[in-house]
Amino acid sequence: MKILVCISQVPDTTAKIAFSDNNTTFNTQGVTFIINPYDEWYALVRALELKESGPATAVHLVTVGKADAEPVIRKALALGGDEAIRIDADSNDPYSIAANIADYAKAHNYDLVLCGKESIDYNNGSVGAMVAELLDMNFLGFASKIDVAGTTVTVKREIDGGEETDACELPLVISCQKGVAEARIPNMRGIMAARTKPLTVVAGAAVAAVSSITGYEMPPAKSGVKMISADNMDELVKLLHSEAKVI
Amino acid sequence: MIMSTENATKTTIKGGEFLIKESHAAEIFIPEEWTEEQLMIADTCTNFLAQHVNPNLVRIDEQEEGLMDDLMTKAGELGLLGISVPEEYGGFGKDFKTSMLVTERLGAGHSFSVAFAAHTGIGTLPILYYGNEEQKSKYIPKLASGEWKGAYCLTEPSAGSDANSGKTKAKLTEDGKHYLLNGQKMWITNAGFADVFTVFAKIDDDANLSAFIVEKGFEGLSLNAEEHKMGIKGSSTRQVFFNDCKVPVENLLSERQNGFKIAVNILNLGRIKLGGGTIGASKEVISQTVKYANEREQFGRPISKYGAIRYKIAEQAIKTFASESAIYRASQSMEEATDTLIAGGMDPIKAKLKGTEQFAIEAAIIKVHGSETLDYVVDEGVQVYGGMGYSAEAPMDRAYRDSRINRIFEGTNEINRMLTVDMMLKRAMKGELDLMGPAQQVANELVSIPDFGGTDDTLFAKEKKYIANFKKAILMAAGGAVQKLMMNLAKEQEVLMNLADMLIELYVSESLQLRVEKLVSMKGEDACKEYIDIMRVYINDAAENIFKSGKEALNAFAEGDERRMMMMGLKRFTKTEDLNTTEARRNIAAKIIAANKYCY
Repeated sequence: MKILVCISQVPDTTAKIAFSDNNTTFNTQGVTFIINPYDEWYALVRALELKESGPATAVHLVTVGKADAEPVIRKALALGGDEAIRIDADSNDPYSIAANIADYAKAHNYDLVLCGKESIDYNNGSVGAMVAELLDMNFLGFASKIDVAGTTVTVKREIDGGEETDACELPLVISCQKGVAEARIPNMRGIMAARTKPLTVVAGAAVAAVSSITGYEMPPAKSGVKMISADNMDELVKLLHSEAKVI
Repeated sequence: MIMSTENATKTTIKGGEFLIKESHAAEIFIPEEWTEEQLMIADTCTNFLAQHVNPNLVRIDEQEEGLMDDLMTKAGELGLLGISVPEEYGGFGKDFKTSMLVTERLGAGHSFSVAFAAHTGIGTLPILYYGNEEQKSKYIPKLASGEWKGAYCLTEPSAGSDANSGKTKAKLTEDGKHYLLNGQKMWITNAGFADVFTVFAKIDDDANLSAFIVEKGFEGLSLNAEEHKMGIKGSSTRQVFFNDCKVPVENLLSERQNGFKIAVNILNLGRIKLGGGTIGASKEVISQTVKYANEREQFGRPISKYGAIRYKIAEQAIKTFASESAIYRASQSMEEATDTLIAGGMDPIKAKLKGTEQFAIEAAIIKVHGSETLDYVVDEGVQVYGGMGYSAEAPMDRAYRDSRINRIFEGTNEINRMLTVDMMLKRAMKGELDLMGPAQQVANELVSIPDFGGTDDTLFAKEKKYIANFKKAILMAAGGAVQKLMMNLAKEQEVLMNLADMLIELYVSESLQLRVEKLVSMKGEDACKEYIDIMRVYINDAAENIFKSGKEALNAFAEGDERRMMMMGLKRFTKTEDLNTTEARRNIAAKIIAANKYCY
């Protein structure tokens, strides 16, 4: 079983977010980028586990991005994986990202494609499903557990108020969330090996974006926290009713 | 390799020569030059603390059974215990700067960082550097992987700073197969879970110590209960007793009576590493301080808006950044000295020891500056937290207590200050360091017409002149002290402290100036405004500190006209132009406050 893991680079969770060009461009100056945690902690680590325990024969990583995405993909390689592919394209349109991934995957016969349930920057959560559609594969979203036996994949998914268990045949695309695997820290051996693992750059496919971001707005600034003394319940109820208007 | 072309054009500065020679910015290493791989390793350390150490700080401090041992094993699994161990012994063979970066990042790990530093430093290095092939292949792979943990037994109840006066004895058994060790060691870090101890003892009536590799399971080794300490409560610290402890003869480390040399050389490395650890801790405390200052509101505004608080945040950062500049400059110097010796055909391990020893003065300076910087940083951290700073609920309580030991272990700061001056003078007497010529030049300058020439107005011209003058001030004061006090200088500890303080300020000021100069050459002046402010404020204050120390020293040994003349020289050599340090500190703090974390 060959696994392809989709890796997206996203701003560090503590990065200060700012926009330029009249709020139409995300200003990346001074921003540190990390691997999208859903891709890293869950999709990639589960893929590695599947290789370590037997079912998977190869784990490849793919990212769609320009050269500045390479430190992040090498960091992913430090965690594990046999090789990485950077599709040289710059886009935040989910369709063109998915089309680029599908275009590459189609030619390389992957049995299982794993990605995070969403990227923590644009939160579209749609690339995985689009890749499945473009590859004509089945898709299971929001997996919290993935097991593989032969060609059958068993997936637990969180549903409203509970959990469901699905079984599906390979080939398959799965988007992953918490529970699929435990976060790992790259070890020295992995970090040193990352340098020598193949990182292939392929040209982006000629795909037209179907959407574009026309503007960003910052959320309203959070108001300060009001501390109410524990023995002043009346005041708390009053404020929840008249100020916060939640009761 | 780039190395060789660089060396070809480099003016190699030997250890201690910073006092008499000029260094160039292009030649020093600065932390802004880390490679992608080094940064990945650093992130692994930070992630390790975040995932395994920080959530467990209370349990660690309570010394929950097996927890620290387990954390060390986990660090070993990640490869963090074998960073600088050669690959043939199961390590990763990384250079000294990389291991320093790891020490720095893990330095924010409170008691864990002590266990880590003791294991990878004094717990592993004596065997790695002085062990024979059999000893190395038996112990090093297990220590590098974390399967075994290491400890180092030097201090005794009556032998602390005076380590060679230890009373622990070793006696060969009649069959010649074992040494029997008898004695008591104290303040032994990691003792509670260590598998291997490097133990110093005197064989028979030897004048000098020998070193032995002792395994936990050897008959006659026992441990006292855990010590109750002010800080680093999670670090295992116990007394170790040797009662006819049977150590196979093949476990004598290096040669008989070579123990003190081992102890001293390992401490040289330990000192600079300790400096690295304090930087990691300082950065973490600054981040916590600024977060709190941004959240805590008084009189309707976050307290980070107030000048009194901004001053503290700026000063924490200035000292930390300055200390860091010196640490990595010295690390690079040690590495280069080692590489040069290896290139000359020396055995790599011998070269490493020699290269480190060559920069023992700088290592002592860094130990003192780093530990006192951290003490300043935690003290002001507590102050910014106010009442919460005094509460055990907030992180400053632990940071404050844990910091204090750094001024005591790896040689007290007083011992290190005396060593700084002592090593400098000894090298001069041996002819390794030409202090006499430059000191004579300064003496001549004192009686000639002062140079009132200004500096050119290029960036750094002023600071370079100040630093050149600091060197003159020190040469004058030290030269005067040697001349006046002669052999008594060693007994005049107050004067030695003054001279050491002057040397520390010089080395750190120069390292900082060179770092900022290199940074400007990499990023341009506009991107380095706050860095330039850091440099200017630090050097401005260093001039005052050097003046004060110099004045105390001169008043202690000089009299009459000579004193007046030297005092005039001192004033001239520590004179700086007016600087609006208030505005500079505001700029420095503003960047940290906006980033909500240490950002230099």
